[in-house]
Amino acid sequence: MEDKNPTPAFQEARIGVYVCQCGLNIAQTVDCEKVAGIAADLPNVIVARSVTYSCSEPGQQEMKADILEYGLNRVVVASCSPRLHESTFRQMVQSVGINPYMLEMANLREQCSWVHMHDRQGATEKAMDLVRMAVGRVRHLRPLTEQTLPMARRALVIGGGVAGIQSALDLADNGYEVVMVEKKPSIGGVMAQLDKTFPTMDCSI
Amino acid sequence: MTDVGRHPGIKLYTLSEVADVKGSVGNFEVRIVKKARYVDQTQCTACGECAKVCPVVRPDEFNLGLSSRRAIYSPFPQAVPSSYVININECLGHTPSVCAKCVTACAKGCIDFGMSDEEVVEKVGTIVVATGLEVYDPTELDEYGYTRFENVLTSFEFERLVNAGGPSRGELIRPTDRRRPASVGFIQCVGSRSARKGAEYCSNICCMNTVKSTLLLKEHYPDMDIKVFYIDIRAFGKGFEDLYLRSRRSGVKYLRGLPGTVEELADKRLRVAVENTATGNLEYHELDMLVLALGIKPSASTQRIQEMLGLQLTPDGFFLEAHPKLQPVDAATRGIFYAGCAEGPKDIKDSVTQGSASAVRAIRLMHKGEISSEPIISEVMAEHCTACGKCAEVCPYNAITVDKAKKTPAVVNAAACAGCGTCGAECPFGAIVMNHFTDEQITSQIDAMLAENADKKVLTFACNWCSYAGADYAGVSRLQYPSSVRLIRTMCSGRVDEKFIWRGFAMGAPVILVSGCHIGDCHYIDANHWTEKRVARVQKKMEKLGMRPERLQLEWISAAEGIRFAGVMDRMEKLRQQVSAEEIARTIEILSKNK
Repeated sequence: MEDKNPTPAFQEARIGVYVCQCGLNIAQTVDCEKVAGIAADLPNVIVARSVTYSCSEPGQQEMKADILEYGLNRVVVASCSPRLHESTFRQMVQSVGINPYMLEMANLREQCSWVHMHDRQGATEKAMDLVRMAVGRVRHLRPLTEQTLPMARRALVIGGGVAGIQSALDLADNGYEVVMVEKKPSIGGVMAQLDKTFPTMDCSI
Repeated sequence: MTDVGRHPGIKLYTLSEVADVKGSVGNFEVRIVKKARYVDQTQCTACGECAKVCPVVRPDEFNLGLSSRRAIYSPFPQAVPSSYVININECLGHTPSVCAKCVTACAKGCIDFGMSDEEVVEKVGTIVVATGLEVYDPTELDEYGYTRFENVLTSFEFERLVNAGGPSRGELIRPTDRRRPASVGFIQCVGSRSARKGAEYCSNICCMNTVKSTLLLKEHYPDMDIKVFYIDIRAFGKGFEDLYLRSRRSGVKYLRGLPGTVEELADKRLRVAVENTATGNLEYHELDMLVLALGIKPSASTQRIQEMLGLQLTPDGFFLEAHPKLQPVDAATRGIFYAGCAEGPKDIKDSVTQGSASAVRAIRLMHKGEISSEPIISEVMAEHCTACGKCAEVCPYNAITVDKAKKTPAVVNAAACAGCGTCGAECPFGAIVMNHFTDEQITSQIDAMLAENADKKVLTFACNWCSYAGADYAGVSRLQYPSSVRLIRTMCSGRVDEKFIWRGFAMGAPVILVSGCHIGDCHYIDANHWTEKRVARVQKKMEKLGMRPERLQLEWISAAEGIRFAGVMDRMEKLRQQVSAEEIARTIEILSKNK
């Protein structure tokens, strides 16, 4: 769903680019200063910096301060995989008034520094491209709002062994309805067939 | 176990399997097939009168065939539900004229041959997959003689023999003479840690299970001669080393080396030949009984559940978690969690820990009674729509409706749309906007990538759930591949529009790779079928235009296939090097004419 109040979106893009060193995880293979340097010259980029740990509290504070000071409306974080920290940075930009979908990440760690460890020049050139691509994309991002959907307060547990039993009891004891499906005529699983169990040497059932 | 049976908040379906799951987090619709029990479980008091008169005798599965049961039986004394059950394939009596002795014996009239399988539909918000394990079948390891020698048992059979509720009431007896063995040997890593037979991984529980068994035997029979043949003893958990040392102190002999052969002697004793790797000597040990410490395999239902729920597996065949350290019980699919050996071999403590963890992770999603969903869904620009119906045809979720007769524009049901973007890629009129992965957003990435030195780059489209995750996995594993590779992420490979591919080639890309989940594993039901068709279509067009179709490649790479990802990237780089500057220039020319 597109945001009903797309105030900053259609303003001129004011982009901040943050190239994370991830300690040495990225910095030992990628020349982060150089990457931030080319980013600074890209159109609509207002500020570009290299940061030690973008996900850390000081790292986030630095980015937030920039967003407020320079009136940024889009952010590129070039760090690890978005599968790891996209939600972290979405929350960060949201806390200073930017729509969370106006953030783009460039994957400089899992898909660059860690896989081209013996090719500093190649990795740095690739990192520059990944940042150029992210800046290109962030310029076209549009603010979006999340939809709210109903959530059934019931859970299905597939399998009635010791793990399924524990899960079902914890869910049910917290007031959630549980549907447990077991293929065999009785629950208990492999555990029920064991005699004493380590490390306590007591009986399994 | 009994707590589950009597908990008012738990609805228990036994003899049941999940047949189908529709919907997504918050509102899964689960179809369950409940097989007929032929005994009314609400009435049965487990008095056992029925089994006494049943004439059919069969091996008892619970005791692994070491004892027998009838065709009407209780699975085991503590079973939940406690009700008896009829194995209808063994029963003589479903035509009552033949037998029906049990029907007469049952005072409460619980037995009903008229029962049939039922289907029920349950609506749930979250799913915990706790499908457990299977033990390794050692028949293929013929050198240990499991199928040839009666006194070679599996660790699982041994469990039943030493169990007070087992077939020998807890007395350890030798199958051949039903006497207590004076000496017992344990062979470790049967079906584990072998590149040859069984699995390459460590099954986690077998060392400690054997340590436990030796302690149990020493407690009951202090004079018994016990030997353990092992590669390493892995006693890494809390309190484990202590148990291991206790076992050694109690006189159990630990010999480093796995036996090469096992022979049976005339008196049915067993002669084990082993190279003791601590001394370097070839040793022979004569034992009354041998126990094979079996490894753990994924449950047989794993693949079916994986396909039904669109989950991913590791190369070992267990379920793949969203993150090995930070989200150890989450599936990549929101609202689905793992617990126990479904996720990998583990002991009871770890299974219980994951059981609790999965419950809390599920509660974390459910407690508000509503859930926010990513707004990554498609929208129709009515002014461009011709109501051709292509989008509705390709949508895996039937989320788009088009009235072709009335020519009214397509409508997307936002709640049903999962955001694969296949409709956007297939719309011939560019009338669909795929939010957060719009044409201009993706095109801007292609343009930025190929603006300079395009001939040096490998343009790769990767789907979020499998191939992009596989690339991340290659990174986490520090697998090295050529730095020419540049990835563009889409939610699904189904989003990769023909025009993105043409744009790439027109910008001078030497090669292009489209990658996604394996067929059958697609996160969006079967959207990747359309990817496959589309890529084949583009390759044909390339051929017609005089371009080498090999320059466009399609690969299926799962989230666990980091090694495969790196391998594919090596191959793409080789392909790239085979494309000359002239060939690229010719392509650019051809495409500029054919716009």
